[in-house]
Amino acid sequence: MKMPSSTRRRFIGGLLGSASFWLYSDHKVWADALVAGNASPYAPRFFNQEEWRFLNAACERIYPTDAHGPGARGLGAPEFIDRQMDTAYGRGELWYMSGPFVTAPANLGYQLSLPPRDVYRQGIAAADAYTRAHHDGLSFADLEATEQTAVLKEFEHSDMALGAVPAHLLFEQLRQNTLEGVFSDPLYGGNKGLAGWTLLGFPGARADFMDWVNQEGAAYPFGPVSISGETA
Amino acid sequence: MTTKKTDAIVIGAGWAGSILAKELTEAGLSVTILERGEDRATAVEGDYPTSIDELRGAIRHRLFQNLSQSTVTIRNTIDQTAVPYRRLAAFLPGEGVGGAGLHWSGVHFRVAPDDLALRTNVVARYGKSFIPEGMNLQDYDVTYEELEPFFDKAEKVFGTSGEPYTIKGKVAGTGNPFAPDRSDAFPLPAMRDVYSASLFKKAAANVGYHPYSLPAANASAQYTNPYGVQMGPCNFCGYCSGYDCYMYSKASPNVNILPALRQDPKFTLITKAHVLKVDLDSDGKKATGVTYLDLRTNQQVQLQADLVIISAFQFHNVHLMLLSGIGEPYDPVKNTGTIGRNFVYQTITTSRAWLPSKQYTNLFVGAGGAGVAIDDFNSMNFDHGPLGFVGGSPVWVNQAGVKPIAAAIGGPGGKAPTWGEGYKDAMVETYRHSLTIDAHGSNMAYRDIYLDLDPTYKNAYGQPLLRMTFTWKDNDIRMNQYVVSKIEPIMKEMGATRYALGQLHANDVFDTRRYQTTHLGGGAVMGADPKTSAINRYLQSWDVSNVFVIGASAFPQGMGYNPTGMVAALAYWAAYHIRTTYLKNPGPMVQA
Repeated sequence: MKMPSSTRRRFIGGLLGSASFWLYSDHKVWADALVAGNASPYAPRFFNQEEWRFLNAACERIYPTDAHGPGARGLGAPEFIDRQMDTAYGRGELWYMSGPFVTAPANLGYQLSLPPRDVYRQGIAAADAYTRAHHDGLSFADLEATEQTAVLKEFEHSDMALGAVPAHLLFEQLRQNTLEGVFSDPLYGGNKGLAGWTLLGFPGARADFMDWVNQEGAAYPFGPVSISGETA
Repeated sequence: MTTKKTDAIVIGAGWAGSILAKELTEAGLSVTILERGEDRATAVEGDYPTSIDELRGAIRHRLFQNLSQSTVTIRNTIDQTAVPYRRLAAFLPGEGVGGAGLHWSGVHFRVAPDDLALRTNVVARYGKSFIPEGMNLQDYDVTYEELEPFFDKAEKVFGTSGEPYTIKGKVAGTGNPFAPDRSDAFPLPAMRDVYSASLFKKAAANVGYHPYSLPAANASAQYTNPYGVQMGPCNFCGYCSGYDCYMYSKASPNVNILPALRQDPKFTLITKAHVLKVDLDSDGKKATGVTYLDLRTNQQVQLQADLVIISAFQFHNVHLMLLSGIGEPYDPVKNTGTIGRNFVYQTITTSRAWLPSKQYTNLFVGAGGAGVAIDDFNSMNFDHGPLGFVGGSPVWVNQAGVKPIAAAIGGPGGKAPTWGEGYKDAMVETYRHSLTIDAHGSNMAYRDIYLDLDPTYKNAYGQPLLRMTFTWKDNDIRMNQYVVSKIEPIMKEMGATRYALGQLHANDVFDTRRYQTTHLGGGAVMGADPKTSAINRYLQSWDVSNVFVIGASAFPQGMGYNPTGMVAALAYWAAYHIRTTYLKNPGPMVQA
């Protein structure tokens, strides 16, 4: 079952206000529709193919698939990040970006002239060049998982310049955006199937805990629901 | 340039500006609020479910100041070069109608009376030599008894929920025994304690402290305030801090004042109006109005008025005074001037306790103003003599509703990994079974901690940015460490399986990358002496008598309590004296 997403959103939006939606609706059907809508692989709009391979591999190492469930890749974090690049945030329009840009103590915060788009563009190319130089000509995405983790750990604690980007800044950009993709509303392309929220036990847009102010430490019993009405 | 006229101009549509605008229109004046951000109405953009979107809200800062147009520069010490605060992190000023009063949490305190005369009290109890070299300890020059009617009024406007201790000298409830006497009960009963707060309440009492439920401007029941506007009962959805409240339960200017004010024909709200400066007459003694930039047309507009209220966010007030030439800029070397002097913050650290795996803390359940606190180590409620520091901290569980992105980026805490292998296990344990306890403390003022204009960086309109010179000082670090040490026995008593104490460390510098609090203060402080204060006890400029400066900029010290209750009381106090005294005979209300 498929509907244009705007129609679907309006329909669900209308339902959200009614008690019957929460109590009786078999909204599994909407979750299925959303999954079906995402059946074909996402084609990145900002990242080129090499960058996309790097991004997918790095996100997955930051938030790996394991016994707990899907990793960042399965949850759509790379898609989330690609889509964020075409927002005011990705373009750095929420930040003060006037010069002069100077080097300052780390505790005084970000002082580069680069918005997230350029952090990735310069950082990923340089990171791949770095792994090719140190790992038999292999790009980051072609390394074994354990090697990828080792490279990311190195970046996490290093001032080494990747383009104009210190390695630790590229790493933190990746870590933060990956976790945003895993744990934000699926509206933005990540947290597919609400699996990020399910892991933590976060109930999403339920946002009404009148009866759960104090249940003496019992676990909240209901699964998550998204802004569009998807459940898990 | 276009020129227009109004009786009173109010700069900024946050709590202070909305209160002053309401009071001045009630006094019969035509009032224009100039707000540089967008108009915001909870019915439009606070609606469910689109408003409860963490990415768009607290993470991408939907309701916060867009730094691309204007920010501050920051350095730790006078010998450094300040650099811009390019990304929001350490503190989060608001923008748009409601200001920070739209995205706040709702903890609604009065004031610890001793804090209003802190210098006098410290000297009386411990002697003048107790005050460390370089600390500008000062009194407010107003007493709790004078302010009490205005605290009462603000609580009734905000629909504040709380449990009293004494009313008119008689014990009337199980509230905070350190709280000052009240003339009346809270308008609503206290918010219920969430599970983690109830554990804290029992444990803190067991170890001999005096826990109480926080006073919260989150409505515990349906409420209609004196302006006739309605609030709905809080459902603990957890979307207070960083959000507009879709339940109309968290007090905001948008919900509690503006719906009444907007109907008054004497009131005008102009949004996207960025005030460039307050215009002064030729001898600089009187304001003639303001010049603002209409951000929609990019045209400058001159608005004339008899009275100008500067009531933007704390540091914007100071910035505007410096840009306008109101008062003498503070010079820390010569120790002259007052504008920018006594810039203060708060010392806030968070400690975490993990509970056994059968106990779920359901961290997403919460209300921004609710929780349980102790005041045993706040203000002058304990003996500082053997400790050798000034100040204190309330300690509390204030479970405001923890959302997953912030939790995930913050990491599981302790020594657990912040990504990769082992991260998910640790995050699950922390998110499901932990709770946090804050020490939310004072920060004293120092001669070399101040605000001035930056020599290099400019805003989008070509004006110099405000420069902050700020770092932590030994007195405040030791105060924080002492109070945090009192958290440990509470955590043990709660049955924590393990815990991690958060505290400041000797020689820590202020780190702008990590959120601490938006409770900035001072820079245009009130007081009795024009040599050490920018405004008098009625919040009137010593130098330009038809300018009043309302906000936390008036605080001579950073107090342990959250500032909004005090800001609102000072706003009503100033408005009362403008109405009853100033308007009848405009001019200085205190002779310097």
